[in-house]
Amino acid sequence: MMSSNSANNLLDEALGFNDECGGGGGGLLLLIEDRVETSGAFILHHLIKRRLSSPNRPNDVVVFLSFAHPFSHYDRILRKMGCNLGVQKENKRFVYYDMLNLNYPDGEKGAEDLLLSVYGKIQKTVELCSSREGYKNSTIMIDDISLMEVALCGSSNLVLDFLHYCYSLATQFDCLVIILNHEDVYSTVDVPSPLLQMEYLANIVIKAEPLATGLATDVHGQLTVLNKGICQGSGCSKSKIRNFHFRVKENCVEYFYPGSRT
Amino acid sequence: MAANKPRTSSFSRNVGVVPTSQVPGLKHGPNGTVFLSSGIADLDKILGGGFCLGSLVIIMEDPDAPHHMLLLRNFMSQGLVHKQPLFYASPAKEPRGFLGTLPNPVSLKDDKSREHDTEQEKTLRIAWQYKKYFEDQNLDSQKDGKVEYCSDFDLRRPLDRHALSGQCIDCVSLQDCPNLATLYDRCSTFLAQIPRFDGNITLAGRISIQSFSAPQCHFSDKEWDMLSFIRSLKSLVRSSNAVAAMTFPPSLVSPTVLKRWQHLADTLLSVRAVPDEDKDLAKLLTGYQDMLGLLNVHKVARINTQVPVILEATTYSMKLHKRRSLVLECLNQAPVDGSSGTSHATSGSCSVSSKTGALDF
Repeated sequence: MMSSNSANNLLDEALGFNDECGGGGGGLLLLIEDRVETSGAFILHHLIKRRLSSPNRPNDVVVFLSFAHPFSHYDRILRKMGCNLGVQKENKRFVYYDMLNLNYPDGEKGAEDLLLSVYGKIQKTVELCSSREGYKNSTIMIDDISLMEVALCGSSNLVLDFLHYCYSLATQFDCLVIILNHEDVYSTVDVPSPLLQMEYLANIVIKAEPLATGLATDVHGQLTVLNKGICQGSGCSKSKIRNFHFRVKENCVEYFYPGSRT
Repeated sequence: MAANKPRTSSFSRNVGVVPTSQVPGLKHGPNGTVFLSSGIADLDKILGGGFCLGSLVIIMEDPDAPHHMLLLRNFMSQGLVHKQPLFYASPAKEPRGFLGTLPNPVSLKDDKSREHDTEQEKTLRIAWQYKKYFEDQNLDSQKDGKVEYCSDFDLRRPLDRHALSGQCIDCVSLQDCPNLATLYDRCSTFLAQIPRFDGNITLAGRISIQSFSAPQCHFSDKEWDMLSFIRSLKSLVRSSNAVAAMTFPPSLVSPTVLKRWQHLADTLLSVRAVPDEDKDLAKLLTGYQDMLGLLNVHKVARINTQVPVILEATTYSMKLHKRRSLVLECLNQAPVDGSSGTSHATSGSCSVSSKTGALDF
């Protein structure tokens, strides 16, 4: 049984992130998919902590676009995990954009303007950070894409455009883009859904699902990590799929292979 | 004297002058949250204390039965008993009429006879249901005249006039809203009057929206507008000392919008009718004849925490205790006739037959 406090837990191994490489490698898109029964938000929290806590990357910045929760929510959660977002925010290492209290949207034109203004803010932040000494990577996180779609009046085209902009920004400035979306929203849609396009674009897809046997108090669900292969120092690794279970606690998450938890 | 000096330390806690526990109708929850009561004691217990301030509660209706109204009535009455401002919106032309159907708390003189009966009933409950929940029944109620956190409502008696007069109650007919921006503005104006001080909550408000996507509403076919409203309402409520409870008929929205709606909810419940005279169900469950309906708890609000709530059971039967108070009970399988051969004895998580696939013991 491994906790996220140790250097290598099953999730980090599956992601292929390690401190030397930094996990950025010329722009990466990581897509987290969850469902009503099983939230994948804990993966975002884990990644925030990883990106802010690495001693080898003291100047890295996390740009966080929140449509789901106010800052206080993440602050409390991360504090229990040993990461003080308030301090990181003051040090400009955690840049939080509150997208909850937007003006009531006024149609497609309003949506497009909103999109441009949001992207502009992110671009400026990333450019500013990249000019700092010792900069290695930025991380752009969006919680979550389906709420962004609602804020943009249902225009999935605008959302995809936004992702493409972020992805090119990521490639240019060596960023990691992490987005959370809900798989079950799109599973009832017949036409090729935006989610399929996101899955195609993503380098890593993490799916959080309930167990086939239903909910349980000691196993909260299962993760399936599809890593399409990132280039590490010694060359490119092949596409890998890993599946394991997890249990979410206040201060960490336990990841373990089925049946191996004592 | 040192004993009279206030204790100072470098650690500062964000505690208000008036402890929230002394404000009637509010109590502290874990992780810095504050709860208010749903008006149904059993539901408060299932949810870990009540509805969390700042959360959006969504109740999926069953077109075959109006049980969601029972939940709303208790929710609204509880707020009025605690003098919490109330905003109510419904598709009816005259929503104020609904206030006349809100239940009154069981009066004190009924309490004395109730206590005596409860004592007797306790022994019966131990014998037949092996449950210990009744031990916690009176934890929150106090006999010295203080207002209870969760009242015991008598659904047969309407709320006293004095509970309604002088209260801040805002009623809106959804038919009068030409678009959802109007409704949003009304909610925003309502919430603006509830003071928002992080450390010192003195008052909480309740928003109750009934049958949101009902066909009478002008916007019922505008799915993205409705989602947009819900998202905006959720954000409004999150930054205020209020709880919003909304009911809607899931069969009237498309599946993908339904999923988005479910994701938007902090707490997600659904009510279902129990078919009359279903012989198979009657054999399967004890107390089937007394059931009004079923309540499912799909999701519990996770504010300021990442740990999910895993309930022992997610389906509860809705019954009337003494024909007046709404209670929720875990489903219990009836003792099985040994000759049938294929069932499991305990109320675990195994499903017995395909007919009961939707029930979760």
